[in-house]
Amino acid sequence: MTSVIAAAWQIARKDLRVEARSRELIYTTIFFAFSCVLIFAFAFVREGQPIPNASAGILWITIAFSGTLALGRTFERERQSETLRALLLAPVERVAVYLGKLLALLVLLFAVEALIVPIIGLLFDAPLGRAPLLLLALLVSGTIGFGSVGTLFAAMLVRAQSRDVLLPVILYPIVVPVFIGGVQGTSAIFADEPALAMAQTWLAILIFFDAVFVTLALWTFGPVMTE
Amino acid sequence: MMPDVAGDFTVVQVRDVTRHYGRRRALSRVSLECRAGSILGLLGPNGAGKSTLLGILSTLLRPTSGTVLYGERTAHEGGDGLRAAIGVLGHDLFLYADLTARENLTFFARLYGVADAGRITTALERAGLADRADDRVGAFSRGLRQRLGLERALIHQPRLVLLDEPFTGLDDDSTARLTARLASLREAGAIVVVATHDFETADGLVDRAACLANGRLVPVAEGRGRLRERYRAAIGSAVP
Repeated sequence: MTSVIAAAWQIARKDLRVEARSRELIYTTIFFAFSCVLIFAFAFVREGQPIPNASAGILWITIAFSGTLALGRTFERERQSETLRALLLAPVERVAVYLGKLLALLVLLFAVEALIVPIIGLLFDAPLGRAPLLLLALLVSGTIGFGSVGTLFAAMLVRAQSRDVLLPVILYPIVVPVFIGGVQGTSAIFADEPALAMAQTWLAILIFFDAVFVTLALWTFGPVMTE
Repeated sequence: MMPDVAGDFTVVQVRDVTRHYGRRRALSRVSLECRAGSILGLLGPNGAGKSTLLGILSTLLRPTSGTVLYGERTAHEGGDGLRAAIGVLGHDLFLYADLTARENLTFFARLYGVADAGRITTALERAGLADRADDRVGAFSRGLRQRLGLERALIHQPRLVLLDEPFTGLDDDSTARLTARLASLREAGAIVVVATHDFETADGLVDRAACLANGRLVPVAEGRGRLRERYRAAIGSAVP
């Protein structure tokens, strides 16, 4: 029998290979994220000057919207040929399926963020180089928090008829603390008078949320996927 | 030489199994037994509960009441080890259209802990896809996908093989190939359960037939006459 980590890696690798072939998710997510940023740029930049402290909120809204788009499509693929059933039938712990899907989603979202963050820095004059490691840690922990809950809910809704509508409706209220932490931490870095200690506090809170969300998701994924 | 099959049980017993979907009853107190080295044909009209029963046998669905025993163990007691001994070919073929035939087989082989790469080559040859191993499955016809789906389901040499409408979309040659494959599984000691509407193909292949109507098991006369006639008689007796 395959171990949890090995099985999760196989599933993530399979997802990334499928994505590398179709490039469906990466193109649509990047296009959507880029469109969001562009619309915000038209709305919040006046005469070349961005509204102060807007960039942190714009960054996290873009991550939330584009991440939701990616989440829905990730499980839509498994639904099309009922391959999710094949994964659940395999002699691996159900959490391996969850971890594999989460890992592939995170790779995709990190790739999108790697493109979007510099664009936001450019358009909104955000000081990305002020505390790059802290900003990176906030992005990574916030994305893990969002992805961990999102992957669980997307899997739960895979057979629901109105899954595209339901996913954000049930996901956003749960992940609000992650986005508050992400926005506050990033704002503290981008502010005219940066408060890096405050950003570190928000990072610690985000890591705490990640621990709680990942633990709960690992605990509940098996039972909720059993019909 | 026939491959051995994995799994330490030689009999599957369905005992008084009932399954509800909300208020709708899909199966009602179904009891049957399948033994190693035999093929059970699961017959019945659409919506009779065949796929639900296969879902329960595959451990994917839980019965609302009743038990399924794999040897001495229930699905819960068997856990991952039991799932490693079950191979399922659903009506949907559980294949990734963006992966090649070889990649699909390799992925599932690894999930089932099959380390022998030669088994993938053998499976591709059995499916008649050796020359198209590196083509994407999305480009295959239904028949080719069906053949690949069967080999995917058998890549780990399961003891219990569950097939839902495996003859759908197959031409005569592919049907004959699949029939021979199922016969070889029987000789290798597998327990094969086939849900089908294809009576002509199933006739002579299945050792025993079980018929479901409205979620209930109705008796099918053993060994006398053609399967279609026996099925009609069984369904006729079930309709009030």
